Amino acid sequence: MALEQIREVRGHGVPVPGDDIDTDRIIPARYLKCVTFDGLGEGLFYDERFGEDGAPKGHPLDDPRYAGATVLVSGSNFGCGSSREHAPQSIARAGFGAVVAESFGEIFFGNATTLGLVCVAVSPEARRALSEALRRDPALEIVVDVDGKQVRAGDRVFEASIPESAREALLAGYWDPLGELLEGVGDVKAAAERLGRAGAV
Amino acid sequence: MSQPKSLYQKVWQEHAVRTLRNGQTQLLIDTHLIHEVTSPQAFGMLRDRGLEVLMPERTFATVDHIVPTHTRVEPFEDALADEMIRELRRNCAEHGIRFFDLDSGNQGIVHMVGPEQGITQPGATIACGDSHTSTHGAFGAIAFGIGTSQVRDVLATQTLAMSELKVRRIKVTGRLHPGVYAKDVILHIIRTLGVKGGLGYAYEYGGNVFERMSMEERMTVCNMSIEGGARCGYVNPDAATFAYLKGRPFAPEGAAWDEAVSRWSSLASDPGCRYDDVVSIRGEEIPPTVTWGINPGQAISIEQNVPTVDGVPESERDGVAEALAHMKLTPGAPIKGTKVDVAFFGSCTNGRVSDFIEAARYLEGRRVHPGVKAIAVPGSQHVKAECEQRGIDKVFEAAGFEWRDAGCSMCLAMNPDKLVGDQLCASTSNRNFKGRQGSPTGRTVLMSPVMVAAAAVTGEVSDAREVFGVAREAVA
Repeated sequence: MALEQIREVRGHGVPVPGDDIDTDRIIPARYLKCVTFDGLGEGLFYDERFGEDGAPKGHPLDDPRYAGATVLVSGSNFGCGSSREHAPQSIARAGFGAVVAESFGEIFFGNATTLGLVCVAVSPEARRALSEALRRDPALEIVVDVDGKQVRAGDRVFEASIPESAREALLAGYWDPLGELLEGVGDVKAAAERLGRAGAV
Repeated sequence: MSQPKSLYQKVWQEHAVRTLRNGQTQLLIDTHLIHEVTSPQAFGMLRDRGLEVLMPERTFATVDHIVPTHTRVEPFEDALADEMIRELRRNCAEHGIRFFDLDSGNQGIVHMVGPEQGITQPGATIACGDSHTSTHGAFGAIAFGIGTSQVRDVLATQTLAMSELKVRRIKVTGRLHPGVYAKDVILHIIRTLGVKGGLGYAYEYGGNVFERMSMEERMTVCNMSIEGGARCGYVNPDAATFAYLKGRPFAPEGAAWDEAVSRWSSLASDPGCRYDDVVSIRGEEIPPTVTWGINPGQAISIEQNVPTVDGVPESERDGVAEALAHMKLTPGAPIKGTKVDVAFFGSCTNGRVSDFIEAARYLEGRRVHPGVKAIAVPGSQHVKAECEQRGIDKVFEAAGFEWRDAGCSMCLAMNPDKLVGDQLCASTSNRNFKGRQGSPTGRTVLMSPVMVAAAAVTGEVSDAREVFGVAREAVA
C-alpha cells in the first residue's frame, strides 16, 4: 500500500516544557477505555491542561497564540513509559505532524513513526533556542526537514537526528511496515517451521 | 569455534527472517500476548484490511488492565470496561485465540500468566502491547512492549519491523543486606543509570546477586527495565529457570523437555562475548530505596533526605522543582516520616506469591494504621489461590488489608481502584508518574513489598528494618 512520502513537516510550533514527559501525561489512562482511536485528540495532555474542575490551567496547547500548531517541541525522553499507541495517536489526532525533542522513549518513537508522526531529536541548546524563539514569536514558521536532518525556525537552522531506518521509511513512504511484512510471510512460515514453536502443546 | 555471542545476539540472529528496505529486520515473534486495552483497535485494523490472524496458536489472551478487583459480577458497572472485555472475548473466539478468561482460574496480569503457564520460555521472542513485557526476560527471553499497530503486525504476520539493540551487561555482585530486595536492586539501578540511561539498549542482568535470585525476584528486576529506558532486560537461563518451568502446562515434556533444556542452556551468553557497555554495582551498596518524585529515577535511600532545587545540577532543577511541587514534599527533609494515605500491594512488579509471603511474615500480628486504606491485589488467580491455601489472605485481612481479585488495579487505575485527590500512596508498583494512580493530583512513592507493609502499619514512609526489627548487617 503506497503511503505519503514525508520529506518535511512545515507549520507553526508550540513549546511544551519539561523533560521525561511520560505517556500517562500525554494521554491519561482513563482515555484508554475505547475500542477505536477516534476522538483521542481531545484527551491530549488533559490533566496538564485542565484542573479537576475542568478549568484551563494555562497550558501552551490552550494558548490561542499557538492554535493550529503542527510541530510540538519538548524536552528529553519524551514519551517515556507505557507502550500505549494512544499517546502518538492523540498527538496526531490533535493535528500535529511532528515532535521535536531532545530524545524519545523508544516504544513511543516506533509507534509514532508507524503513524507517520515525525519525531526528530535536537540538542538541549537547540531545544532551548527553539522554545525561546516560539515564546517570542508564536507565528514563527518551523520546518522539520526529514531529508536534510534539520529543524529550521525563521533564519535559524538546527541540526536534527533521526535513525536512518525511520528517515528512509518516512522519505520513501513505507513508514507503516505492514505491507512489507506481509510480503515476507512465506519466509516467516519457513523460519517458524525451522525454529519450532515455543509454548507448543 | 565461532565468535562468542550474548544471548540477545543469538536470539536476534535466530529470529531474523529478512532485511527490510529501510535496513530494519523482519523479526519472528514466537509468542504474542494480548489484553483488553491495546488489542481491540488492532483487530479492527485487520478487519478493515480484510486480513486474518496468521498463527493464532501463538497468541494468548487474558484480561487485566480494566477488570474490577472488588467484584466479578458481570456486566461490570463501567460500561466501557465491560465492552472492552466483551470485545476481547469476541475477537479471541472469532480468530481461534486461546483466552485465559475470568472464569478459567488462569486469569491474571498478562506478565504473570505467561510464566505461570510455561508459555514464557528461554530464547523466545515475546511481544505484547504493554511496556512491562520486559518481565519475561527473567527467563532469558527477548521480550518487549509494542504499540497497537505492531499488535496488528504480529497478528497479521507473526513478525515485527525492528532494529537491533545494543547490549549493556549490568553486574551486581556480592550480597544484599537483610531488608534489601529485588525491587531495591532495580530502583537502585534506575537511580544510578537514569530513566533514559537504557535508551537503545537491552539490559543483561548478571553477577551472583541475580544468579542467587528466585525466578520471581528476577521478574521484578526485568519488569522495570523499561523504567530505566531499556525496552527489554534479561537474565541468562540457568537451573532456577528450568526448575520453575518444569511441569508447567505449556512446558515441553519427556524427551522434548531434555532437548529444550539443552537448547536453552546453549543460548546463554558465551563467556568472553562482547558487550556494548558494562556496569558493575556492589550488592552491599544497595539500600532500601524509595522514590520521592514523579519518575522512577527520582529515588533515594530510605535514610536520605528529599533533594533541594539548589542541591542538584542546573539541568535538573526544573524537573526537581516540578516533582517537589507535585509531591508536596519539603525540600531537604527526610523522606522517612512522610504521611501515607493508601498502601497498594500488587502489580506485575510485585504481585507474586513470594512478595505476599515475605510481607505476611511481618504483617502477622500487626495492624494497618488507622486512616490508611490498604489493598492487596494478587497478580493472578493462581497467586490468589496459592496465597489463600497458605492462609496469607487471612494474615493480610487480619492486619486490615482488603483482599482483592487479580488484576492491574491501582498500578494504572483503569479499573475502579483509584487514588482520590492528592492522596499519597506507598506502592509496590512500577510508575510514580503524575496522575498514574487515577487522580491527577495523586502522589505515588514506589518501594518494595516489605516497605509497603511497614508504611501501611506506621501510616508513614518508614524503614521496614526499624519497624520490623531486622538486623542490618548481612550474614557472612
